[in-house]
Amino acid sequence: MAGPVLEAKSLTKHFPVKRGILSRQTAVVRAVDDISFSIDPGKTLGVVGESGCGKTTTAKMVLLLEQPTSGIMRFEGQDLQTLDGGTLRAYRRSVQAVFQDPYASLNPRMRVGSIIVEPLVTNESLASAEVRKRLLRLLDLVGLPERSADLFPHEFSGGQRQRIAIARALSLSPKVIVLDEPVSALDVSIRAQILNLLRDLQAQLGVSYLFIAHDLAAVAHMSHTIAVMYLGKIVELGDAETVSKAPKHPYTQALFSAALPSHPDERRDEIILAGEVPSPLAPPSGCRFHPRCPFALPRCSSEEPTLLHESGRLVACHLYPK
Amino acid sequence: MTGPLLDIRRLSTHYVSARGTRVTRAVDDITLSLDQGQTLGIVGESGSGKTTLALTLLRMLPPAARIVSGEMLFEGADLLKKSEGEMRRIRGKRIAMILQDPMMSLNPLFTVGDQVAEPIRVHEGAPRRSAWRRATELLKAVRIAAPERRVREYPHQLSGGMRQRIVGAIAISCEPKILIADEPTTSLDLTIQAQYLKLLRDLQRAHNLALIFITHNLGIVAKMCDRVAVMYAGRLVEAGPVKQIYNAPAHPYTQALLESIPRLGDSRKRLTAIDGQPPDPSAPPPGCAFHPRCPKVMDRCRVEAPPEFRVADGQTSRCWLSAPASDRTEVRA
Repeated sequence: MAGPVLEAKSLTKHFPVKRGILSRQTAVVRAVDDISFSIDPGKTLGVVGESGCGKTTTAKMVLLLEQPTSGIMRFEGQDLQTLDGGTLRAYRRSVQAVFQDPYASLNPRMRVGSIIVEPLVTNESLASAEVRKRLLRLLDLVGLPERSADLFPHEFSGGQRQRIAIARALSLSPKVIVLDEPVSALDVSIRAQILNLLRDLQAQLGVSYLFIAHDLAAVAHMSHTIAVMYLGKIVELGDAETVSKAPKHPYTQALFSAALPSHPDERRDEIILAGEVPSPLAPPSGCRFHPRCPFALPRCSSEEPTLLHESGRLVACHLYPK
Repeated sequence: MTGPLLDIRRLSTHYVSARGTRVTRAVDDITLSLDQGQTLGIVGESGSGKTTLALTLLRMLPPAARIVSGEMLFEGADLLKKSEGEMRRIRGKRIAMILQDPMMSLNPLFTVGDQVAEPIRVHEGAPRRSAWRRATELLKAVRIAAPERRVREYPHQLSGGMRQRIVGAIAISCEPKILIADEPTTSLDLTIQAQYLKLLRDLQRAHNLALIFITHNLGIVAKMCDRVAVMYAGRLVEAGPVKQIYNAPAHPYTQALLESIPRLGDSRKRLTAIDGQPPDPSAPPPGCAFHPRCPKVMDRCRVEAPPEFRVADGQTSRCWLSAPASDRTEVRA
């Protein structure tokens, strides 16, 4: 198929900060600032970055839970701004989400069967026999036994609950699923089950993922493309293997060097960054990473770098081209 | 000193329900030792008993818990035989602990300086002024910028990484012999985690601390620890030197855990998942608790729990597969 399923161009989200009884706007939080990315059908875009980098805001904009301040998002080539009524509902059906905490995202008073088919029942007028048929298929897809449908969420473990959340996300046969930290609340021995399930479902159904996580190895494992974000900006974007094996941006390098080893003999060059992520209320001038960057040049504090092609990926850093 | 700094022998801690009818063996017959300056990682999933083990060491258990058997020799003396008053002089002074969530372990109503100075005043009877001076020095030691200003601030004015460093400063304030860190970096961002782990290692070298890391993260163990103890359903299923265990894990649970984590590098390979769920700690399966999920299960595993076998130098495994075929030399009869 031609073209990406989801595309963002210069996507920006600024939150106004209001103070005082007159609610005067005193500042803006530049949560997401001019980022562009695309997701191809059946592929996974992984977004990594630390708290405050804008990855969750990006996910919310994709889910239309936040209106972008500026920028364009296109779904199968169509500008989301132009959608209304029926086409907007169709978009919402095509983009679903699975959240981090399956203890909070499932209604404890509803039976699992009703939770899973709720999107179907609200969106499509189907005969109850058809709904039941789809329910059984969804349970089978995520590897839950048929009798789960009549139980309540508290009767399930964390991993099984996450399977329920995935089944619900799949119920409307979406094109894109936003996965916001889908395994970080789960036990270590369960994570691999869910990651494998997500990959099997992608192979089987051709669904695209926007995968957000702080576990770099899990993101590298799941993604075809990785976007590294820092303070609302994408600093590096490219093929997952290229980026994770040989990161180019100093921040990506520091991030991947901070990833924990999988074997005691695995020794990475440790880059310990000084300081902490600055407040997005007042991001540093020029390159936002320059106050913590071990390779900062004089121009980094004044001139903002743009994303440029460098060794097979995009990097926003004045160190390149060499 | 002869003998290890800490020697835990056949320790069991159970939780007993109010009526005494239900018993959860949270820590079941655990034997472990730790030398001065060494780092031990205790790994396990939720409910495996790793936090109960740490709380047992400090005798800070909730009322429902009972230490039912065993010994905990610290510098040769059994901690279980100490009076409550003696334990108070050990907690925070000889054995200190860092908890997972720094916001929960700091009091929001007191300044940072008060909280860092408190153990120094309590344990050493130092006057307020000199305890505060020490507190400022400790903040410098945990690399907090402008410590003279920060001592007068409250926890909410600090970032998560800084708060966790304050907790670290409190923990080392009385120069303990052992520092127990229970999931110390789970609430921190990756680059901040790297800073904190480096700080802990530097503090360990400077004070010749013995560190106990309680974690579910095998990466932290690979990075930080000399020895590792793997817990499953209250039992120690495998223990030994980190390199040896990562190279040649003997217990199927350890093997499966190591294979189930994604690695940077070989990204598109399928992960080896462990089927099933971790057991309910109050009703573990009979025999070996791992047998329902074990890919190498044998008939014997379903009925008889394996004892600890020595598989290599300093490495033990609680698995029938580790039993030597000819002579069944168990570590303990």
